[in-house]
Amino acid sequence: MTTLPGIAAIGAGLAVLGAGIGIGRIGASALEAIARQPEAAGKIQTVMIIAAALVEGAALFAVVVSLLVAG
Amino acid sequence: MPFAPKTNSFVPSSQLMGSVFVFRISIVFCAFLFLYGSVLASERPKEPEAGQIEAEEFDAIGTILHHVLDNHDWHLFDKKGADGQIHPVSIPLPIILLSEGQLDVFMSNAFEHGHAFQRGSRSYQMDEHGHITDTNGHSVLDFSITKNVASMLLAVVLLLIIFTRGAKSYDASNGRPHGIAKVVEPLVLFVRDDIAIPNIGHQYKKYMPYLLTAFFFIWINNLLGLIPTGANFTGNISVTATLAFFTLLITNFSGTKTYWGHVFTPHVPLWLYPIMIPVEMVGVVAKPIALMIRLFANITAGHIIILSLISLIFVFKSLAMAPVSLGFVLFISCIELLVAALQAYVFTLLSALFIGLALEQPETNAHH
Repeated sequence: MTTLPGIAAIGAGLAVLGAGIGIGRIGASALEAIARQPEAAGKIQTVMIIAAALVEGAALFAVVVSLLVAG
Repeated sequence: MPFAPKTNSFVPSSQLMGSVFVFRISIVFCAFLFLYGSVLASERPKEPEAGQIEAEEFDAIGTILHHVLDNHDWHLFDKKGADGQIHPVSIPLPIILLSEGQLDVFMSNAFEHGHAFQRGSRSYQMDEHGHITDTNGHSVLDFSITKNVASMLLAVVLLLIIFTRGAKSYDASNGRPHGIAKVVEPLVLFVRDDIAIPNIGHQYKKYMPYLLTAFFFIWINNLLGLIPTGANFTGNISVTATLAFFTLLITNFSGTKTYWGHVFTPHVPLWLYPIMIPVEMVGVVAKPIALMIRLFANITAGHIIILSLISLIFVFKSLAMAPVSLGFVLFISCIELLVAALQAYVFTLLSALFIGLALEQPETNAHH
């Protein structure tokens, strides 16, 4: 199918949508938690970074699949 | 005058002076890089493939893939020769081939201009994807020092220099760090106190060499890839697969009876076993696979983004695009610096987590 790379591009865009929503929500809850308890900011930041990396990993699975389809 | 009160002049401490100085120098340096990059980009409004006439359209995808994939020589830049043709300027690297029981070692510029290479009864040719085949059809094993291998060896040399000098500096000064050890010590303590001990517990010392190696090896290779003309080493799936494989081996060879018990006899009703056991067994393999894909995709995606933004200049074929494009590239490069360190941290953290899970001790209270 000649439009397969185009569909792969749409797939990659949807994956990034998911990543954006996920990491946005993680950031929002981290901000809220730090606002509630500023002395725990270090721990909260660490957990936020870990969770963001995991969510981004999941989104990048989809990007890799898109690259495989399009390439 | 008998007494003149000291004026309350602000005398900055030397440390503050130092940081102001560094800040100003960094601003000047960034401005210089920005302008220099704009000028450099404007000098070559088109970037056609080597040897082709200038009027051809810029192949963005081909150029990006060329920079992201591995090569048998280290391509630096293209130069327009006296004949008007574009010639690539690259460092040739050794090609090591094993075919019919014979080891052939030669430099990669033997394959220039599509020539074949002959030694004895064997004749080799390289296609446009960089694969080397024997013209007689025999199988060829390629052990060449490619761009990625050369970059890895450079990273190894850097790591050896940094850490052996750092370790030696403790002997000369009674247990206090000097020079490069001052930079390295907080990082090593960070790996020990924030990655190893919270996740592994009291047996952390046995796993510190692996965690430290993974952390610094991945970080330094990520950084080397961000340098222009650097190699995309950690963005190669074979490399990340090997690193994830090490984690797999270390995790499962450290597995206690409790750990394997949870994999093969999970605490679920008996009728769920046909589902749970395959799921647990896939989980044993899937976690390192996730490590592999996470590192590979993050680094490769970063490189592709930077290359695409630079390619915008050549796609639009306009000088005015250069400052805009380089502004984006500067911004994305800062994010990629963060990603370089972050991905090393996440890989090491998750490896420590998996090792810690494998070292699970039997629960002290019987609850089932």
